Amino acid sequence: MTLWNEVRSSLRAIFGRSRMERDMDVELKFHIEAYAEDLVRRGVPRAVAMRRARVEFGGVERAKEECRDARGVSFFESLTQDFRYGVRMLRKSPGFTAIAILTIALGIGATTAIFSIVDATLLHPLPYPHPEQLVAVEDDLPGVGALDVGISVPEWHDLQRSGIFQNVSPIGGGSVNLTGSSQPARIFFAAVPPNYFALIGVKPQLGRTFDPGDQTPGFTLEGVISDGVWKTTFGGDPHILGRSVRLDNDLYQIVGVMPAGYHDPGRTPEDRNVEMWMATGFAGPPAPPPERNLRILPQAIARISDGLTIQTAQSRVDALVASLQKQFPVDYPEQSAWRVRLVPLQETVVGDVRQSLILLLGGVGLVLLIGCVNIANLLLARASARGREMAIRQALGASRKRLVSQLMTEGLLLSLAGGIVGLVILYFAKGFLLQIVPDSLPRLNEVAINWTVLLFALAAIVVSGGIFGLAPALHAARPDLTYALKQEGRGSTGSGEQLRTRRVLVVTEFALSLVLMIAAGLLLRSFWDLLNVRPGFNTENVMAVRTWLPVPNDPETDIYRTAAQEAPFIRELIRRGRTLPGVQEVAVGDLAALPLGHDRNDLNPYLMTIGGREAQNSLPPLVNMSIVSPGYFHLVGMTLQRGRLFGDADDDKAPRVAVINEAFARTYWPDGDPLGQHLQLNDAHGNRTNAPWTTVVGVIADARTESLAETSVPQIFLSLYQKTSKDLAVFVRGRLDTAAIPVQLREQVQLVNPELPVFGAQTLDEVRTASLSERRFSMEMVGLFALTALLLAGLGIYGVISYLVSERTHEIGIRMALGAQRRNIVRMVLRQGLGLAIAGAAVGLACALIVSRLMAGLLYGVRPADPLTFAGVALLLIGVALLACYIPARRALRVDPLVALRYE
Amino acid sequence: MLLLLDNLGDWDYIPSQSRRGGYTVGKQLDLLQGTLDMLILKAVSLGPLHGYGVLLRIEQISGDRLEIQQGSLYPALYRLEHQGWIASEWGESENNRRAKFYRLTAAGRRRLQLEAEKWNRMSDVIAGILGATSEEV
Repeated sequence: MTLWNEVRSSLRAIFGRSRMERDMDVELKFHIEAYAEDLVRRGVPRAVAMRRARVEFGGVERAKEECRDARGVSFFESLTQDFRYGVRMLRKSPGFTAIAILTIALGIGATTAIFSIVDATLLHPLPYPHPEQLVAVEDDLPGVGALDVGISVPEWHDLQRSGIFQNVSPIGGGSVNLTGSSQPARIFFAAVPPNYFALIGVKPQLGRTFDPGDQTPGFTLEGVISDGVWKTTFGGDPHILGRSVRLDNDLYQIVGVMPAGYHDPGRTPEDRNVEMWMATGFAGPPAPPPERNLRILPQAIARISDGLTIQTAQSRVDALVASLQKQFPVDYPEQSAWRVRLVPLQETVVGDVRQSLILLLGGVGLVLLIGCVNIANLLLARASARGREMAIRQALGASRKRLVSQLMTEGLLLSLAGGIVGLVILYFAKGFLLQIVPDSLPRLNEVAINWTVLLFALAAIVVSGGIFGLAPALHAARPDLTYALKQEGRGSTGSGEQLRTRRVLVVTEFALSLVLMIAAGLLLRSFWDLLNVRPGFNTENVMAVRTWLPVPNDPETDIYRTAAQEAPFIRELIRRGRTLPGVQEVAVGDLAALPLGHDRNDLNPYLMTIGGREAQNSLPPLVNMSIVSPGYFHLVGMTLQRGRLFGDADDDKAPRVAVINEAFARTYWPDGDPLGQHLQLNDAHGNRTNAPWTTVVGVIADARTESLAETSVPQIFLSLYQKTSKDLAVFVRGRLDTAAIPVQLREQVQLVNPELPVFGAQTLDEVRTASLSERRFSMEMVGLFALTALLLAGLGIYGVISYLVSERTHEIGIRMALGAQRRNIVRMVLRQGLGLAIAGAAVGLACALIVSRLMAGLLYGVRPADPLTFAGVALLLIGVALLACYIPARRALRVDPLVALRYE
Repeated sequence: MLLLLDNLGDWDYIPSQSRRGGYTVGKQLDLLQGTLDMLILKAVSLGPLHGYGVLLRIEQISGDRLEIQQGSLYPALYRLEHQGWIASEWGESENNRRAKFYRLTAAGRRRLQLEAEKWNRMSDVIAGILGATSEEV
C-alpha cells in the first residue's frame, strides 16, 4: 500500500508539477508570515520580524529542493534539467561537439557493424527448428592422421537405425547440367536421402519435399528446387510443380520449391547455395554397391533424438562404434582407430572464421575504447576550463552528486547523439558494407540490424558515455574551491591531479593503439609474405573456364564413361583451343588441378595400395589427386625434377602412369627411388581388386596449389587420357583478351557438344587473389582500425601537450627572457610527449605479446612475437607522438616573453 | 551536546556547535529527522495542523525544551505524506488565511504506535544502562 501511495504521489508530483510548486510557495510563505506575526506579537519590531523569520527558517530554496526530493520528483527533474543544460553546453562549442559525435559515431557504427556479423554467424542459432539437436557426423581415422573422411552407406544405415538420432542424412552433390533452356546451365545440387527435409524441418513454399519413407536405392527422379532457380530459370512459373527437367540426361520431376531465404547448412558457399535437391538411397547406380569401408558420402548431418544431449548421444555413438569394430575387424583395422564424432552443426557451418571474427570484434572494440579515452581527454580539458563554473555552482550549494550526475549526463548525451548518428550511417551503408565482406563468410544473408544488435549498440553507447563522462565527473567531484575561485578569469584549475588523469588517459590510448597496430602489422606481414610466396606455378597469362560432363544415372548411357570415350573429346577441345587468337598453350584438367581454385574437401584420403601394402593402414593417406592432360605441367609452369611428364601416347591402351610431387615421394619412399614404383588406385566406384597397376614415371617440384600457406601436400597426377573426370577445367595461356576468351571457349566447347555448360571463367591471377580474400579482408579491416587508432592517439597526445604548453606560457616566457635557447624549449616540450609515448608503448608491447599469441593461428611466416614488427610499430607510434608534440612545441617557440610576462 | 537520531533509532553524539548565531540559546535540545518524523506524527495525531502549527505544537508540548529547525520541517512533512502516513488538504487558518492542513492516516497511526514502542524500549534500555551502579554490575 505504501508503495502504491509513493508511486501515486510521485506521479502527481511529476505531472502536477506546476500546482505542486504553487502549493509549496503558498505553504512556505504562510509559515514565514505566521512566524513573523508571532514575533511581532512578542515585541519584535515589524521591520525586523519578517527578516528574522526568514533567516530562522533557513534556506527556502534548499527546503523546497528537499521537499521535491522527498516526493521523488527530483530525479526526473534534474535529469531533464541536466539534459537541457547539456544540450546547451554542447551547442556552445560546436567544433568540439562535432568531433566528439563523429568519433563516437564511427566507433559505435563500426563496432555495431562487426557485431551484427558476429551476431548472425556466431551467436544466432541456425535458422532451423530446434537447431540445438542438429549435428554434423564426422568419421575420423586418427590412427592414420585422417580427419573427417566421410562415411560409408552401411555406417549411415547403422546410425539411422541406432535410435540415437531422429534422422541421419548424408549429403552428396556438386554440379549438374540443366539442359533444355536457351543455354545449358550448370547448377549446384545436393544428393540427399528422402528424409533430408524431414531432418532439417523446413517446409517448402510450394508443393512437397521428398517422402521420408521412400526406399528407392538410386535417385527417385524427383527434384526440389530453390526459390532462386524457380524465379530466375523458370520465371517464377506458378505451374512449375510436375514439370520435368533434364539433369545430366535424366528427367526429373519438380515436386517442390523451397522458400526464399532458405539455405542449406553447408560448409562452403557452394554447399550453402544449393539450387536443387535430388533424393537418393546412395545404394543404386550411379552409386557403387554399398561397402563398409567405402566412404563415398563426403558429409552427413543428423538430428539427435528428443531428450538426448550431444554429449549423451556421443557416448552412445561411441558404444556403437566399439561394437561395430568388433563385428567387422577387417573393415575397421585397429591401427586406424576409427571413431565417429558429433559436432554441433553450427560449428561446422561457421568453420574457421570464428577466430577472424573475434579478432575483428576485438579490434573494433579497441578503436571504440580509444575513441572514448580520447573524448574523455577532451572533456577533461573542457572540465578544467569549466572549473570555475563548477566551483561557483558548488559554492552556491549544488551537491557533488548533482555535479557528477550533470557531467555524466553530458557524456551520455554525447555518446547517445554519436551512437544514433552511427546507427543511421550504418543503416544506410549496410548494403555497401556487406559487399566488402568476402562471400565465403558463412551466413552473410542472415546479417541484420535486429534487436540483439540494437541492444548491443545501446550497451556500447551507455558504456562509452560512462567511460568518457566519468573522468571529468570524478574530477569535478573534488575541486579545490578556493583555488578555483581565486583563478581570476583564467578559467582553469590546472590542478596536478587532473593533469595526471589526462596523462594516464594518453598512456592508455597509446598502449591500446600499439596493440591494434601490432596485430595489423603481423597480419600485414603474413599477407605480404603470402602475396610474395613463390607458389611453384605460374599464374601469369593463364585463364581457365570450367565445364561439366553429364553423369547419367544409368552408366550405360554415359557417352564419356571410359577414358577411351572421353579422350577424343579432350583432344578435340585442345585442338580447337589452339586456334583461338592469342592462345599459345591449351590443357585440360579436373577441378582439383585448378591451383588454389578448389575446395579443401578435394583433399580426400585416397585409397591406394603401394607395392602390395595398403597405404591407408600404414601411412597418412591424405593425398590430393589431379587428373590432367599432358600439356598441363608446362602450361601452369610446374617443373619436372626427375623422370618424365605425360605424353600423348599415355592413353588407355598404354600402361597406366602417374606423376607425383616431391612431397608424395618423401612421404611414401623416404629412402628409395620413386621412379618405376607401382601403385594401385581404386576406381571411381572404390573397387580396387581389379584396378590396374600404375607406374610412377616422373617427380615434379612441390607447388602450393592447395593453399598459399601450405608448402607440401602429397600430390599425384594421372593422365586424363587414362582416367576420366567429369568436373573439367580448360586452361589456356597466351596474350589473351580476357573478355573474349570465355565466349570463344564456350563456342568451341559447344561446337563439340552443344549440351555442355561453360562457366566459371577466371584468370589464375584472379583465382590466386580470391584465395586470399578472407585474409585480405581481416588484414584490411584490422589495418583500418589500427590507422584510426593511431590518428586518435596522435590527437590525444597533441591535446595534452598543447594544453601543457599553454599552461606553461608564462614559464616559457620567463625562460626565454632569461636566455633559454629555442632548442632547449623544443626539447623540453618534446621530452614530455616522448615520456608519455614511451610509457604507452611499454604497456602496449606487454599487452601485444599476449594478444599476438592468441592470434597465432591467423599468421603465416611470421612469429607472434616478431621483433621487427614489434620494434617497427613501437617506433612508428613514437614518431607519430613526436610529430604531434612538435606542433605545440613550435607554438611554444613563438611565445613572446614580453607578452607572456604581461599576461599574468 | 546535540542529540542526533536517525530513522533507525541509532544514537550518536557529536560535539555541540552553535548552529545559529545569536538568536537562540544553545541549551535547547535540537532534533534531526527520524525522531522528528515520530514527533510530527504525534503532533498531527492530536488533530489536523498546518506546518507552522506542527512546529508550535511540538515546541509547546516539549515545554520549549525542544527546538526544531524550521527548514527541515517541510521536507519531513512531504516525506511522510509521500509515504502515506499523513494526508493533507487545504483549509482556513485561525487568522483566516489559506493553509495546508495535515492529518494522520490509518497507516500513520500504526506507524506512530510502532515508533513509540520502539522508542520506549530503546529509552528503557539506555536509561537502565545509564542508571547502573557499580554494585549492579
